[in-house]
Amino acid sequence: MSIDKNDVILEIKDLKKHFAPHQSLAQTLTGKNRKVVKAVDGISFDIRRGEIFGLIGESGSGKTTTGKLVMKLIDPTSGTIVFNGEDVTNSDKARTHAYRRQVQMIFQDPYASMNPRFKIKDVLEEPLIIHKIPGDHVAHENMIIKALTEVKLNPPEEFMGRYPHMLSGGQRQRVATARTLILNPMMLVADEPVSMIDLSTRAEILHMMKDVQRDLGLTYLYITHDLSTARYFTDRIAVMYLGRIVEMGDADDVIDNPLHPYTKALIDAVPEPETGKVDVIKELPISGEIPSPANIPPGCRFHTRCPYAKPECSAEAEPELMDVGNGHFHACRRYKEI
Amino acid sequence: MEKLLEVKNLRLYYHTSKGAVRALDDVSFDLRKGETLGLVGESGCGKTTTGVALLKMPSPPGRIEEGSKIILSGRDIMTLPEREVRKNVRWEEVSMVFQGAMNCLTPVYTIGKQMLETLHEHRDMDNKQAEELITEYLALVGLPPEVMGRYPHEMSGGMKQRIVIATALFLKPKLVILDEPTTALDVIVQAQIINLLKKLKKTFELSFIFITHDLSLEAEVSDRICVMYAGKIAELGTNQQIYGKQGPMHPYTEKLLQATPLLRKKVDSLSYIPGTPPDLIDPPKGCRFHPRCHKVMDKCSQEEPPLLEIEPGHMVACWRCGK
Repeated sequence: MSIDKNDVILEIKDLKKHFAPHQSLAQTLTGKNRKVVKAVDGISFDIRRGEIFGLIGESGSGKTTTGKLVMKLIDPTSGTIVFNGEDVTNSDKARTHAYRRQVQMIFQDPYASMNPRFKIKDVLEEPLIIHKIPGDHVAHENMIIKALTEVKLNPPEEFMGRYPHMLSGGQRQRVATARTLILNPMMLVADEPVSMIDLSTRAEILHMMKDVQRDLGLTYLYITHDLSTARYFTDRIAVMYLGRIVEMGDADDVIDNPLHPYTKALIDAVPEPETGKVDVIKELPISGEIPSPANIPPGCRFHTRCPYAKPECSAEAEPELMDVGNGHFHACRRYKEI
Repeated sequence: MEKLLEVKNLRLYYHTSKGAVRALDDVSFDLRKGETLGLVGESGCGKTTTGVALLKMPSPPGRIEEGSKIILSGRDIMTLPEREVRKNVRWEEVSMVFQGAMNCLTPVYTIGKQMLETLHEHRDMDNKQAEELITEYLALVGLPPEVMGRYPHEMSGGMKQRIVIATALFLKPKLVILDEPTTALDVIVQAQIINLLKKLKKTFELSFIFITHDLSLEAEVSDRICVMYAGKIAELGTNQQIYGKQGPMHPYTEKLLQATPLLRKKVDSLSYIPGTPPDLIDPPKGCRFHPRCHKVMDKCSQEEPPLLEIEPGHMVACWRCGK
């Protein structure tokens, strides 16, 4: 399926999520406010219909919070989420319920996200009951068989009677995918779907997810810390750092020609199995670890770790995402010099 | 180069009510001084079990079977009594950074107190001397002496991993077993830890056994690679032999490499290995990999292939790779 640049399915605009920490009455009265954690701090991106969009970042970058915001599991502090032409940011309960039928989530841990006392049949029937999908037992069973066939668990009748512990990690993640597909969603949010899966099966699951996406014309939001799988799996990626997007564009373009120093460092840190290339990881230009989102540096928030930082980086306002043409965005005002 | 460690016919079985799980079955390899040997494979192939076997402390109901030999600096530690191993081998000569060890620091003690404990157990020194030594080792792993007074929850994953590495090096072991030392860390922190390990290896002339499931990382750190499958060695060779142009010889290694997504090269399609690793109570007859192998022949299901040296330093256990 070819992707139409202007056919946007999900539009995120200036989305923020700030968590106010719990504080005691005494702290409030004395005015000793504890710092607000700015997990997501103003991000905007579009996901086009039929594409796989990757959100990349280290722990603490806000990628999972973004996923939760998109799923409407938590409410944003500000900003808007427009899905399929409709603003769903502040939708009521009934509307949110309907929205979640169209946007489904695949969780990281297929072991923890399934009730061990449910047979696979029950695991898959649950969403049908929750969303009150009309049909009797037989109709539901047919839907379950269809969903299991879509993720290539053959023969489906045999798997329906099994319990989650009787399946391998890869099969479980297939069931988790089938559970989302049974509601005929338009979009899937997958938060690290393969990070808990063995290496030999990881490729198999990504393969299966790509096939399903192509067959059913789905859109994915793929959240990961792993650049290598993102390159293989996604069409476009956005790199997050401390609650902001620092670079965004075509996956191949961003990885082959990174513009932001943070993206460069991320790529430099990845080893590669190639001969004559032992010690690919050089002495890293960036040191230290990601600062706390409760204490975001002023100016460009990467300047504390950036090897190219100049005084203006911390003194001037935070750079916005800039387009260099061909849809490759970056948020570094000195990208030309570095 | 001089041999530091020689493992011969190592067998470790877990004796369960359903039968013996043959977690390690006839594993032999050696390690030279100053070398890094990588152990790779899927979960359950015996990587970690090999690590704990070298410390001679299999977790129950595991038992190292008769006939296994672990020769460390010329003496077989299998013949030594437990007291002697405890006093002079474990942590003194061989130490291990366990998988997820950074999350096993006691939350109620300060870092300094936890590090002191190791020293008091093995060395006769007063607190002042010990603290000096701790400060020295903290500096080596790039941490300021103040962290001694801190609690684990006050530190990031990368810092905790540095603490665990420092603790493993205290008693100046010759061999350090690193079990997935960077798996839970972010890429940039992983790169920092890898660079630190390389530096420490040079400073102390250490030998490493580096356990990971990540083939890209193994290529980065290891001189020789040992690919394990279902409790056996499938292939063992130098970095060049496994990752080189000619490519690996064993179909399992070949498939593992093809299943690894690359960052710097666009791959249209990754291949994968169908099925799952076998049940080690009753492993398949013949080659243990044959039910999942794409190059299987009749012979594979009948006879077990021996681990043969097909070129200098390159051992493969596959009927397809005979001389």
